[in-house]
Amino acid sequence: MIRHQLPLIITFFTGMLLIITFFIPHKPFGDLEQRFLIWYSIISGFTVLLGLDSLVRYHLSKLKKEFNIHSFILILSLFLTLILGFYSWFKFKTPFALNSPFMFLYTYVIIPLQATMFALLAFFIASAAYRAFRARTFEATLLLIAATVVMLGRVPIGGYISKGIAYFISFLFKIPYEKISEIQIFAIVSDWIMNIPQNAAKRGIFIGTALGGIAMSIRIILGIERTYITK
Amino acid sequence: MFLIIFLIFQNSYFQSIKGYDTPADEGGSITLEWKIKEEFLSDTNPIKFFEIYRKEKEKGFINVGFVLSQYNAYEDKGLIDGKDYYYQIWVIRERDTLKSEIIGPIYSSAQWFNTNRLNVLIITIILFVVFLYYIEKAKKGEKLFVRKIAGLDAIDDAVGRATEMGRPILFSFGLGFITDVVTIAALSILSKIAKKCAEYGTRLLIPNYDPIVMAAAQETVKEAYLEANRPDLYKEGDITYLTSDQFGYAAGCDGIIIREKPGAIFWQGYFFAESLILAETGHSVGAIQIAGTTAITQLPFFIAACDYTLIGEEMFAASCYLKPEPHMLGSLKGEDFLKAIILIVLTFSAIIATLAVIFKDFTFINKLFQFINNIFTVK
Repeated sequence: MIRHQLPLIITFFTGMLLIITFFIPHKPFGDLEQRFLIWYSIISGFTVLLGLDSLVRYHLSKLKKEFNIHSFILILSLFLTLILGFYSWFKFKTPFALNSPFMFLYTYVIIPLQATMFALLAFFIASAAYRAFRARTFEATLLLIAATVVMLGRVPIGGYISKGIAYFISFLFKIPYEKISEIQIFAIVSDWIMNIPQNAAKRGIFIGTALGGIAMSIRIILGIERTYITK
Repeated sequence: MFLIIFLIFQNSYFQSIKGYDTPADEGGSITLEWKIKEEFLSDTNPIKFFEIYRKEKEKGFINVGFVLSQYNAYEDKGLIDGKDYYYQIWVIRERDTLKSEIIGPIYSSAQWFNTNRLNVLIITIILFVVFLYYIEKAKKGEKLFVRKIAGLDAIDDAVGRATEMGRPILFSFGLGFITDVVTIAALSILSKIAKKCAEYGTRLLIPNYDPIVMAAAQETVKEAYLEANRPDLYKEGDITYLTSDQFGYAAGCDGIIIREKPGAIFWQGYFFAESLILAETGHSVGAIQIAGTTAITQLPFFIAACDYTLIGEEMFAASCYLKPEPHMLGSLKGEDFLKAIILIVLTFSAIIATLAVIFKDFTFINKLFQFINNIFTVK
C-alpha cells in the first residue's frame, strides 16, 4: 500500500510546491525550482553509470554468445575513449585540452561522424518530399503548390522567375517593365504563406499542446495519471 | 509588506533620480532610475556611459557598475536586505563628468508574493477549477464523447501486423528526458503496446537516449508483461541504453532497424533533426510507423514519412483514450472547454486590437486593448 501511495504523495507535494514557488519570490521558495533542477542534474549525472552498465552488459553478453563485429567495435571504442580521456586528464590536467588525444578523438572522429549522419538528412528530405508531394489528393496538391512557392521564394532562381513573370505581364498588359520588375512575387507569396496560414496552424497546435501539457500535469499532480508508477 | 523606499531628487543635471527596492523579487536588489535634463544632452559633448557608485553608512563610495548611454536604469544585486545603502550616478561625457546628488538611505527586502504574476495565478486557479469541475462531472457518470484518434486506433493493427510477419516492434522516446511531460505521455502509449506485445508474444525493442527514461521504460514494460500474465517474455536486454549523442542515437536506431527489420515502429516523444533520418529508415524496411510528438518543427517530417502521426495534444490525450476512465476523460473535456474559452478570447482580442489600430484616438478601445495586453503578459 505505502509503496504505491508514497510516490503519489511525493508527486503531489512536489508539484504543488513548484506551482506555489512560481508566485513566491521570498527565500527559501524563490530559488527552489533552480535547486530542484540542480538535484536532477546530480541524479542524472549518476544515471550515466546506469546507462553504461546497461550498454556494456548487453554487448558483452552478445559477444559471449557469438562474435559480433558491431558489439566488438562498440566495446573497443568505449574503453578506448575512456582510456584516452583518463590519459589526457593525467597528462594535460583536463581531457578537454585542445592538443590532448581525447580532443583529437572528438574533433577528428566524433564530429565528422555526427556531420555524416546529419548530412544524410538531405537525401532523406528528398525521398520524403517526393512521397509527400505526389498530388494524389486535394490536400496533397495544396501541399505541393504551397511547398513549391515557398521553395521558390527562398532561392535565387525564384527571383529570376519573378522577373520573367514581370516581363511577361508588362508585355501582355502594356505596363512599363521598370514599374513591376522589382516585385518578387514568389518571395511575397512565400512570406504570406509562412506568416499567415503556417503561423496560424502552428499556433493552433501550440495552444493545444500547451493545454494538453497542463491537463497532463494536473492529472499527474492529482494522481489520476499513474502510468509512470509500477503497481 | 512591500518595503519600498522611493526617493526623487531634483538637482542641476538630473530631471529626476529615483532609487527603490526592486519590487516582486527575492530581495538583495535595489533599482535606480534617472533622467537627464534636456540641456545636458548635447551632440558636441555626448554622454559615453553612466557609472554607478554605492556606499554603506560611514564608508566610502565604490564603483558597482556602469550603464550604456542609451539606458537610464540600473539594478544593483547581491545586497544585504535591511541594510542602508547610498548611491551616486556619474554621467561620463566626452569632455567632462557630471555627478548626481547622493540618494539614500535605501534598503532592499524580499517579497512574499510576486505581484507581476497575479494574472498567471488567476489563470492557474481557473484552469484547476475547470479541470476539477469536469473530472467531478465525469465521475458522476455523465457520458463524455471523445473523437476518434486514428493513430491510437492503429496501435492494435500495427502490433498485429508485426506479429503476423514474425518481426519485432521498435519503440523510441526520441531525445526526451523524464522531466518532459511528453515522455510521460509516451510511457502511457508504451504500456498499451507492451501489453499487446506480451499477449501476442512479439519482441519489443526500445533503444534509449536517456538512462532514466530507460529505467522508466523497463519498469513500464515489466509491469505490462505482468498484467498480461507473460512475465517470462520480458527481456531487459531489449530495452537498452544507446547513447546520449543526437546523431549517435540516430545511427544506432538506424542500425537496429536495418538489422532487425521491425514490422512496426513507434516514434513517441520529443524529436529534433534526427526525426526524418529515423522515420525514413523505418519506411525503407517496410515497417508500419506511428509517430507522436509535440515538437512542431518535426511534425511535417513525421507526417510525410509515417503512416499515422499523433499531433501535439493527441499524445497527451493518449492515456485517457487508451484507458477511458471517467476521471481521465473529465480532464480531456476540461481541456476542450478551455480551448473554446481561448478561442473566444483570441477572437475578441483580435477585434479589439484591430479596432485600436483603426481608431487611434478612441481612448476607450485603446485602454481596453492595453488592459487585455496586460492581462496576458507574463513578467
